[in-house]
Parts: sequence; C-alpha cells; structure tokens
Amino acid sequence: MALVEIKNLHKSFGSNHVLRGIDFTVEQGEVVCVIGPSGSGKSTLLRCVNLLEKPQQGQVIVRGEDITDPDCHLDAARQQIGMVFQQFNLFPHLSVLANCTVAQRTVLKRGPQDADRIARANLERVGLSDKIDAYPAQLSGGQQQRVAIARALSMDPALMLFDEPTSALDPELVGDVLTVMRKLALDGMTMLVVTHEMAFAREVADRVVFMDAGVIVEQGPPADVIGSPTEERTRTFLRRVLDPTHVEPS
Amino acid sequence: MSTSPEIGTQTTVERKGLSPRRRAQRSRLIQYAVLVVLVLVAVFVANWHQIGSVFFKPEFIKSTFTDGVLKALVKTLEYTAGAFVIGLAGGTLLALMKLSQVGPYRWIATAYIEFFRGLPAIVVFIAFSLLPLAFPGMTIPWDPYGVVWLALGIVASAYMAEVIRAGIQAVPKGQVEAARSLGMPPGLAMRKIVLPQAFRIVLPPLTNDLILLVKDSSLVFMIGVAADGYELTGFGRDLANTYSNLTPIVVCGFCYLLITLPLGILARRLEARTARTR
Ligand SMILES: Nc1ncnc2c1ncn2[C@@H]1O[C@H](COP(=O)(O)OP(=O)(O)O)[C@@H](O)[C@H]1O
Ligand SMILES: [Mg+2]
Repeated sequence: MALVEIKNLHKSFGSNHVLRGIDFTVEQGEVVCVIGPSGSGKSTLLRCVNLLEKPQQGQVIVRGEDITDPDCHLDAARQQIGMVFQQFNLFPHLSVLANCTVAQRTVLKRGPQDADRIARANLERVGLSDKIDAYPAQLSGGQQQRVAIARALSMDPALMLFDEPTSALDPELVGDVLTVMRKLALDGMTMLVVTHEMAFAREVADRVVFMDAGVIVEQGPPADVIGSPTEERTRTFLRRVLDPTHVEPS
Repeated sequence: MSTSPEIGTQTTVERKGLSPRRRAQRSRLIQYAVLVVLVLVAVFVANWHQIGSVFFKPEFIKSTFTDGVLKALVKTLEYTAGAFVIGLAGGTLLALMKLSQVGPYRWIATAYIEFFRGLPAIVVFIAFSLLPLAFPGMTIPWDPYGVVWLALGIVASAYMAEVIRAGIQAVPKGQVEAARSLGMPPGLAMRKIVLPQAFRIVLPPLTNDLILLVKDSSLVFMIGVAADGYELTGFGRDLANTYSNLTPIVVCGFCYLLITLPLGILARRLEARTARTR
C-alpha cells in the first residue's frame, strides 16, 4: 500500500484553477522531488497533502485513510505528516527546545522528560545540540530551518513534506540544510520535496516529478527526468534552471 | 502652464530683502518676545499669594495625607487593576468572537464593541448607579469592588477587544499553519502559539488602555460608592468641598500623574522595542 495516494486532485483559488487533476503516489521510504516553474502549483499540491489547503475535488489518501473525508480525524492524520516551510515558521516566542516539545506535550501528551529527550535527540540529528536554549531570532536562517526539521521530526512522522526548504537561505547556508535532508533520506524517511536544487534531486531522489500549469507533465527516475527529459516543457524548464544565462531562441 | 516658471523667478527676485534663514531667525525672536511679555504679565498681574493658598496650601497638603489620600490611591489602583483583568479577559473573548467562523458570534461581538465604544463611559456608570433602583433587591457581590470592576471592565473590554483582535491578526499566517501541521487543533494553536505572540505585539497599546482606565476609574463616584470606597477623585472632591479649597484636588492630581507618567514612559519604551524587533 502506498503511503500517500493522490487521486484526481483539483484546487482553485477563485477562478484560478491551480491544480488540474493530479494523480500520484508516494511509496513508503521513497524520496520524491517535485520540480517545476514558479506558480505551477507545487506548494499548493504539497499543502493539499496535509490539507492546509482544501481541494475542491479528488482524494488524498494517507496510509489508507482518505483525509479529504469530512469524517476523518484531520489533526491525528497531520501528526504523521511533518512539514517544513520555505520561511521556517518557527515559533519566535519559544526557545529552540520548546519549539520541538510544544506539540509533543500538547498533541501527543508526552511527559516532559520524554518530550525533552526526543527533542534533544532530533536537535542532535540536525547538528544543533548547542543551540537548545537559543531563541529563533538568534539563529541564522540555515539553523532555523534545521530547527524546523527537528521540530517536525519530534512528532515521529511517517512522511516529511519540504516546500523549497533552502529557497529563503543565503547560498552558503544551503549546504547544511541539504546535508541534514540527505541524511534523513538515507535513514529511510519518506520525503516529498519541492525544490529547485537540481543536484540534490539528482542525487537523493528516487523519483522526480515535473509539474507545470497545475498538471504533472512527466515523472520518473532523476536520471530520466533531469538527465534526458522526453517532454519539451521539461526541457525548457531545465535549460532555464541549469543555465540561467541561457537565452531562448525566439 | 508655461507661465508659472516666470512667476516663480519674479517673486524670488522681488523678495531679495531677507533670506529664508534670516526670516526664520526673525520669527524666532518675535516668538521669544511674546513669551517674555506673557510671563511678565503673569508675574505682575496674577495674585500669587492667593493662587498659592487656594491650590497649594501647605496645611491642607498635610491634612490631605493624614485624611488618607494614600488609601484613596490604593483604591484607584485596586479598581483599575480589577477592571483591567476583566477587560483583558472580556476583550480577548470578544476578539475571538469577532474572528469566529460563526456569524452570530461576530455580530454579537461587533454590536457590543461598537455600542460601548460609542458611549461616553459616564453614561455606563450612571446606568450602573441606577441598577439598584430599577431592580430592587439586586446586589452585585464584593461591594463596592464588584460593581466598580464590572462597570469599568465592561467599557474596558470593548476597547481592548479591538486592540487584541488587531494583535491576533498581526501574527503571521505561517504560525497557525506550522501549528496545525504539527497536529494542533485550532483552539490549542490559538492558545499556545497565536495569543502569546499577539499579546506581545499589543503590549504598548494595552499599556495605553491601562492609562485610560486609570483615568476612567475617576468616574466611579458616579456609581455612588460609600465614603470608605472613595478613590482619588471622589476623595479629593469630598475633601475640597469640606475645606472649600482646591489643594486636595491638586494633591490627587499629582497622585494620578504618579501612576500615569511612568506607565506612559513604559508604553513608549515598549513601542520602541517593538519597532526595533520588526
Ligand atoms: N492562498 C492563495 N490564494 C490565492 N491564490 C493562491 C494562493 N496560494 C497560491 N495561489 C496561486 O496558485 C498558483 C500556484 O501557486 P503555488 O502553488 O504557490 O506555486 P509554486 O509553489 O509552484 O510556485 C499561483 O498562481 C498563486 O498565485
Ligand atoms: Mg512555492
């Protein structure tokens, strides 16, 4: 059984039809990278997977449970889906440790010692054991994003969603975050990653999905989709991303 | 259109007598001269001896203290503090109602807020003073605190609701999304994530509301509390009547400043801090 199964997903904002019938699955342990031009609906797709956006049509099935069903216990489903945002969205009024314990305590009802231990273990995993008592504002962007990853991991999710996790970072800080994500993938975490980091997608992804204008244009192993794409739209996009100075012949 | 530049050059040529800087200097000199004249008139015309004995008579300053101005000051603080707590709780509730998905909650909150913000506070206090007449036998517990806190708190919560609502809306949307994505239900996300940040944002305007509340507590005498419940204004007015002298009122006025000026400084500090961290 697929961990996530998306069937005929449609999402509109007013008259803007953003997702136009998306079908795809993520298997247990798989790392899927979603690439595509800005505005093509990648973030919207990701946000539909944990229902931060409500699709108008279609199903999102997580571990066999249709979370678009109004009877589904959505908060319980979301506990299994960690999400990492482009803008980190750490809780600025809480320390790094508290960022990683607040949901464990209040949602999972873990005791203070357990929550603490798990948070520390995950902060160590992202290489931030020494920042436990800091506040988000005292950290660099790269450190904040790693805390955000540790915060999501502390809920023991079955799936991690990443929405352009390195796009808001200074270039020299991108590497640290990608290293953490690479390690996570090696540990067997199921990951759905929206990214513009082609090198990362090529190296880490089991499958690459290319989206354009609200549909999946092409998907497959990174060597195929990034290496030798069959669709013209994919080729055009990759030319722009891989060689920004390239001028399209008109 | 084409003639305006010519007019401009003509006028500057004609006014070549005084440069703008000279003119500003002359204007400043005139202002100082006017000030000096006013001060001289005040010094020679006013009856300083009489002013001193009406507003600052030393023996009345002393007896204002021995008659218990400090007790009245404490009452003012107690009335204000209790009303602030009620205002904060009520204001938060109203703010949440105003942001509710349920229409009727929004309408009720809006009606309440607009009603009590549009009304002079003194009208509310007069209404409260008439309650025992209108409903014979009705009592509000913890006399006189209960009725005072309720009257002040009702007005305060209407003001604070708008401030708190703005604070809640100023918390970035990503905060709720992060909380919800961790599995927090809406109420929990509001309590643990949004409200703590919202209150930090509205600390300066809430401090200003507190200052207003200190001053509004002077309306308590309208409710008709007993003499041992007098706060600064009631106490000062009573004593000034007894002495036929304004000194007690002046002392009470200084007591208000003792509270409001530090709060004002605090509010401006908090504002500066908020501005820095943005
Ligand atoms: N909350 C929203 N309200 C209205 N329109 C939105 C909203 N979120 C996204 N959109 C629109 O949906 C389209 C796809 O956006 P998005 O999913 O963010 O694309 P991508 O992540 O691929 O850049 C864009 O045209 C965007 O303007
Ligand atoms: Mg996006």
